[in-house]
Amino acid sequence: MSAPLDLPKWADTVLVPAISVVAAFLVAGLVVLGIGENPLSATRYLIQGSLGTGEGLGFTLFYMTDFIFVGLAVAVAYHAGLFNIGGEGQATLAGLGIALVLNNLTFLPGFLLIPLGILGAAAFGAAWAAVPGYLQAKRGSHIVITTIMFNWLASVLIVYLLVNVLREPQSMNPETRAFPEQSYIPFMHDVFAAFGIEIPASQLNLTLVVALAASYFVWLLIYRSRLGYAIRVVGSNPTAAVYAGISPARIIIVAMVISGALAGGLAVNELMGYQHRLLLEFTSGYGFVGIAVALMGRAHPVGIILASLLFGILYQGGAELAFEQPAITRDMVVVIGGIIILFAGALDGLFRRAVAHLFTRQKLARA
Amino acid sequence: MSPAIELIAINKSFGAVHANRDVNLRVERGTIHGIVGENGAGKSTLMSILYGFYEADTGEIHVNGKRISIRTPNDAIHAGIGMVHQHFMLVEPLSVVDNVMLGAEGGAMLRAGEARARAELARLARDYGLEIDVDATVGDLSVGLQQRVEILKALYRGADILILDEPTAVLTPAEADALFVLLRSLKEQGKTVILITHKLREIMAITDRVSVMRRGEMVASVETADTSPPELAELMVGRRVLLRVEKADKTPGAPLLEVKDLSVVDSRGVVRVANATFAVRAGEIVGVAGVAGNGQSELMEAIAGMRHPAFGSVRLEGRDIPASEHNPHRMRQLGLLHVPEDRLRMGLVPAFPAFESAILGFSDEPHLGRGPILDHDRLIADLAKKMEQYDVRPPAPRLKSSKFSGGNQQKIVLAREIERNPKVLLVGQPTRGVDIGAIEFIHRRLIGLRDAGVAILLVSVELDEIMNLSDRILTMCGGRITGERRASETNEQELGLLMAGVTDEAA
Repeated sequence: MSAPLDLPKWADTVLVPAISVVAAFLVAGLVVLGIGENPLSATRYLIQGSLGTGEGLGFTLFYMTDFIFVGLAVAVAYHAGLFNIGGEGQATLAGLGIALVLNNLTFLPGFLLIPLGILGAAAFGAAWAAVPGYLQAKRGSHIVITTIMFNWLASVLIVYLLVNVLREPQSMNPETRAFPEQSYIPFMHDVFAAFGIEIPASQLNLTLVVALAASYFVWLLIYRSRLGYAIRVVGSNPTAAVYAGISPARIIIVAMVISGALAGGLAVNELMGYQHRLLLEFTSGYGFVGIAVALMGRAHPVGIILASLLFGILYQGGAELAFEQPAITRDMVVVIGGIIILFAGALDGLFRRAVAHLFTRQKLARA
Repeated sequence: MSPAIELIAINKSFGAVHANRDVNLRVERGTIHGIVGENGAGKSTLMSILYGFYEADTGEIHVNGKRISIRTPNDAIHAGIGMVHQHFMLVEPLSVVDNVMLGAEGGAMLRAGEARARAELARLARDYGLEIDVDATVGDLSVGLQQRVEILKALYRGADILILDEPTAVLTPAEADALFVLLRSLKEQGKTVILITHKLREIMAITDRVSVMRRGEMVASVETADTSPPELAELMVGRRVLLRVEKADKTPGAPLLEVKDLSVVDSRGVVRVANATFAVRAGEIVGVAGVAGNGQSELMEAIAGMRHPAFGSVRLEGRDIPASEHNPHRMRQLGLLHVPEDRLRMGLVPAFPAFESAILGFSDEPHLGRGPILDHDRLIADLAKKMEQYDVRPPAPRLKSSKFSGGNQQKIVLAREIERNPKVLLVGQPTRGVDIGAIEFIHRRLIGLRDAGVAILLVSVELDEIMNLSDRILTMCGGRITGERRASETNEQELGLLMAGVTDEAA
């Protein structure tokens, strides 16, 4: 038992996470110092590389798009009391959905093919998440275990399909042939160029807009809709759900289906927006980053957008940093990311408590 | 002689709530001291400060004349303070001696500690009459005996001062009497007992002094012999209250709820309800009396459709409810509403703002929104109106459900169910953890519904409440209905026997 922590909303949602991030950067700086590198110049490369140039910014926002989708996926399941660790597998299957739709309906025009591709991604991601959801709801198989297993299943399934079924006969690479060109989601620099505005070329594409729309949709779903209400009741108080006549089993499956569909957005951004073919390991472990993003964003779409931006900066800036200061390897950048996750997630309570104390003290002093 | 406990000018705030305001309390050694107050008056906060769960913002704690600081429950135990919680902190699969030793094993190996514990338990049994089978599995013991284990745990850790939080809430009248005998014997041996309760009868029966709290302040501290229940009630609430709500005689109408041969088997295969058969008619309150855990909860849940009965049928307004329709959702549509006995686990979602808890079970009503989207402004306005009608404090629809006191949470739940014009209302423990002022209000509402022709099935472990409100009383014991009496033609003794399983045939 401990005293309830009463914080003004702005302190809870902005101040505490900001303190966590600053603390994380300080500790990360110490680590950089520990390997004999200059943390100040490292920070400069990190910021410069991710936000300082138009191209860097484009890449940062491209990664951010990935992270928003997987973060939202984790968040929706989380509101139903589920820990969906299967973003990787669901996004992988979504990639398969995209490839099947786009490469079989090549005769369709872009304005039909692009939405169909996105639907294919959502449907395949949803289906891959529905099975663990069903097993949790009806058989009590723990969702953490099953979604991890489904990540491996997805991974071997896609290897098998790309090597034996979907590969172009004359190609040596385990990847599909390129998608039809009308299915490419336009690059942001092309869109801007159409309006006569010149911006540096990068992988950033219009999927970012879809991601932001999905964030709004998730907010509406979770906090304003009847279904979201039921999802939160199940996640927060399953006994009350039974009392209320809400079937926890049904809600668990529905929440997992929505979660899996959102994870499919990762495949949309990577494949329809950039790679334009299905290839191995395009998910790059981003499905797991989604957990950290959702955690840090407190499972709220606005928080997720901000956390995704932070991780986008880290991924893009980290790559630049590893290039400019070779002593700081990519692994080192992963360590810094890990420290941020540690501070923003696990040690979050530490600062929350201290800040709450300060506020109480201040209030007493005023009284 | 210095007092066992002296609290001086204790202050504690949670955010904007000043839970304890300059509270002073003096408890003399070797006495039984009652603390009464409405829910949210600050009793629990004060005791939590004394037991080290919370730290006071300001103020002093003196134990046996020495000023000490209590920051954790361990500090409290060191100072000789023991606490028996309302909800037992026991490990059910372990034996009595294991539970007593838990946390005080005295070393990495159990053997020496166990021998010590057995010797000490034997001594406690001798000195205080606390006999118990030390090798029994705690989960097999009756609730009264489990409570005894809690008391033994505290004494084993050297408690001279024992705090009991609502200790009789889960006991039969006979078990409560046994507890009082035990508390008196503890007092004779020089122990000090602090008793937190809302049952004024118990205060009068057993305490030497009584302190009354209201809205975070200590408003009175008097010799029990010099006061009376009406006076205490007035001190607690700050105005005169009726301890018993009057109700007019009324001839009930047609049966609205009929239960036939209803049996419930739980997931472990234990029969919880066996062949329950009864009816509740329009304009009638039928009370189900019984010690907690004798099948009343399962009976209510089965009628409401939350559990599948193993056997038996439910009829509503003379119509059989087929199994396919026997779910909470459909039952609500048919006019059977349910005030659940456990507000925090069922009646509300503690983490939700009050206006969201206020539609629990009704979130798909079309008029609450447009299509799939709920209209929050409307929900907030609806609840604000109900909060005014039901005098919910604070009248803040956006406040988190968990931040309201028990009585106010219950009013939110009652308002939700009552305002939807039930035909049949199931009510479980309507006033558990609810303050006296609100009890009067809730009882008035229920009688008002009865007079308006609603059929009410009331489950309560408070015998007084059952006797005050009901027209007819059923008693339950071990899942069976052991008797049925007209409320006007029975008394506490007779019901106590029926609740203990002495059935009509045997009697």
